[in-house]
Amino acid sequence: MKSDIILSGVGGQGILSIATIIGEAALDEGLHIKQAEVHGMSQRGGDVQSNLRLSSDPIRSDLIPYGTADLILSLEPMEALRYLPYLSGKGWVVTHSVPFINIPNYPDPEKLIEELNRLPHVVLLDVEKLAKECGAPRSSNMVLLGAASDLLHIGIEKFEEGIRRVFGRKGQEIVEANITALRCGRDAAKSIIDQKMKQ
Amino acid sequence: MEEKLLLLGDQAIALGALHAGLSGVYAYPGTPSTEITEYIQQSELAINRGVYSRWCTNEKTAMEAALGVSYVGKRALVCMKHVGLNVAADAFVNSSITGTNGGLVVLVADDPSMHSSQNEQDSRFYGKFALAPIFEPSSQQEAYDMIRYAFDFSEEHKLPVLMRVTTRMAHSRAVVHTKAAREQNPMKFPDPTAGWVLLPAIARKRYATVIGQQPTLEQLAETSSFNSYTDGPNRKRGVIACGIAYNYLMEQFPEGCDFPVLKISQYPLPKNMIRRMAETCEEILVLEDGQPFVEEQVRGILPISCKITGRITGEAPRTGELTPDNVRAALGLPASKNMAPCEYVVPRPPALCNGCGHRDMYETLNRVIREYKDYKVFGDIGCYTLGALPPFRAIHTCVDMGASITMAKGAADAGLWPAIAVIGDSTFTHSGITGLLDAVNAKANITIVISDNLTTAMTGGQDSAGTNRQESICRGVGVEPEHIRVVVPLPKNMEEIAAILREEINYKGVSVIIPRRECIQTLKRHHQAKLKNESSKS
Repeated sequence: MKSDIILSGVGGQGILSIATIIGEAALDEGLHIKQAEVHGMSQRGGDVQSNLRLSSDPIRSDLIPYGTADLILSLEPMEALRYLPYLSGKGWVVTHSVPFINIPNYPDPEKLIEELNRLPHVVLLDVEKLAKECGAPRSSNMVLLGAASDLLHIGIEKFEEGIRRVFGRKGQEIVEANITALRCGRDAAKSIIDQKMKQ
Repeated sequence: MEEKLLLLGDQAIALGALHAGLSGVYAYPGTPSTEITEYIQQSELAINRGVYSRWCTNEKTAMEAALGVSYVGKRALVCMKHVGLNVAADAFVNSSITGTNGGLVVLVADDPSMHSSQNEQDSRFYGKFALAPIFEPSSQQEAYDMIRYAFDFSEEHKLPVLMRVTTRMAHSRAVVHTKAAREQNPMKFPDPTAGWVLLPAIARKRYATVIGQQPTLEQLAETSSFNSYTDGPNRKRGVIACGIAYNYLMEQFPEGCDFPVLKISQYPLPKNMIRRMAETCEEILVLEDGQPFVEEQVRGILPISCKITGRITGEAPRTGELTPDNVRAALGLPASKNMAPCEYVVPRPPALCNGCGHRDMYETLNRVIREYKDYKVFGDIGCYTLGALPPFRAIHTCVDMGASITMAKGAADAGLWPAIAVIGDSTFTHSGITGLLDAVNAKANITIVISDNLTTAMTGGQDSAGTNRQESICRGVGVEPEHIRVVVPLPKNMEEIAAILREEINYKGVSVIIPRRECIQTLKRHHQAKLKNESSKS
């Protein structure tokens, strides 16, 4: 089994917490892991990404080669499209659908959504709205992780355990909110993924 | 205790150093090296053992303090980003001449592709220049194991060791198996005949001794378990892969590399291994992250007739970090099939946070400065360097830590007015104070803005050495007290700040304006910590 994931978003959105939870779950599953992160200057509202590689065999490169990523998991639609050259032909894109506009020349959001919908395996969700609806407004990143969880070959309970370990010291309330968000994301994406898998 | 942990390369290095019996880590924050010291600061083992881990004022003070630890027989680690070694170079190069007593490892994190830096200098050149052994791990596990070995090596050979990593090693996580922790060294003074007083007569002897050690170091690189020669069926080409370049090479060959491979993680270069490869292979490809350090040296080791390729000859790119894809191209393998980039995607550069005090400072400065004709604003290194980008476009230069003050002084010496320097509080104490003394002594006609957010913000909010003492430092250096003006950078204070700026620009001499307001990021963090404390009390 191998799963090469590109996590993307805008600095400050919380892609690194998604990476941390996947990492914890994969460690629990006994998988090999490599996860390259971006720290420093670009975290100030710039584009950020993390290359996360999971495999049952040892992993060499910390970076994912072009055309081989199994999943682009993004908290922002333009940031999802930024990494298309890395996506494999069979790869999935799971992304938040609402643009984060902090630059004057941000492209027409409708064009971005059109581009995304042209891909064979895409899940577009308003994860912020879903997070609010399920009562966990600060956990939209966990909604996104939940939406992709069925594509990761790791049981959902491993992610839940990961959330307990990582957020445990922040208190039970935060743990519960994140688990609720995770499940909400999974439920929201399930029918879309099932349908596209059949096509 | 032996454990299996998911660690960043930086964290693996930190834990490896602690488990090697570290007594102190000395560092100034700098991407991508910052997390090493932060890990030690938060480590229970380090706290229980009383391992020193306070941030230093700059890399030079860090290097010298670590050498002091080594002098009394204990183990010290110095951490910095690549350009930090320029600041620490005097102490580093001379520590090779004094030699060490307790183990001394200088960890330098290079940043090829300049993700968060102003150049991509390769620290291995400094190691060679200082005649120091160099270690360059290829994986997080190797980094953990290697730093312990490096401390032992430093103690055995009485030399400082340079350990070099790059961004992708520093900031990438992998599983690391840890070993039992070794105790710290007891205090033990060096042999009184050792040459710690570098008077010329002593330094000459010591220099000859260090030169004399080089063949031994080379021999140890030939037999090091970190360097390996693996034969391959296709001898049209041999590949020398250094540090993490080895991973990008092996990524192309999951079943084992077709070509003979020489993995190098310990220097000076094992010349015999390189000659062996040249004898069996038609040509040699050198893969290394950073500058062509090995490629250049290999040309001096092998006969001219031998074909050597790499970054100099263009098979690998001359600039920027290696990736699995450009290594693929260097090997002449067909490019992978991939989608074209999306035409709508535009760059999203970083920006100053909303609510940041630097924003209010730049807005006011921009308004006032445009009232003058030939002004220039000399910037410095930190979050406020982002003031160079739109919407502010407020600074004209950014070169190295502290250069704002001294460049403004030089420009003023040459007749420029107004000459403005913009520097952050942490950068000011790092390397601005000595320049300020020059300016005061010359009564230079400059206006210095110390944009004070009470932290080292760019690297994530580490302690700043002169917090709440900027005015007294300036007074102590000799700035006239009436020309040290503290203001609060908030939109409501704009008129007041603008008036002060005008007064001080018009004053013919050194004036310092200190807009002071806490970094919005550390403010949030402090606020959250306070809420947490209150809720745990109730």
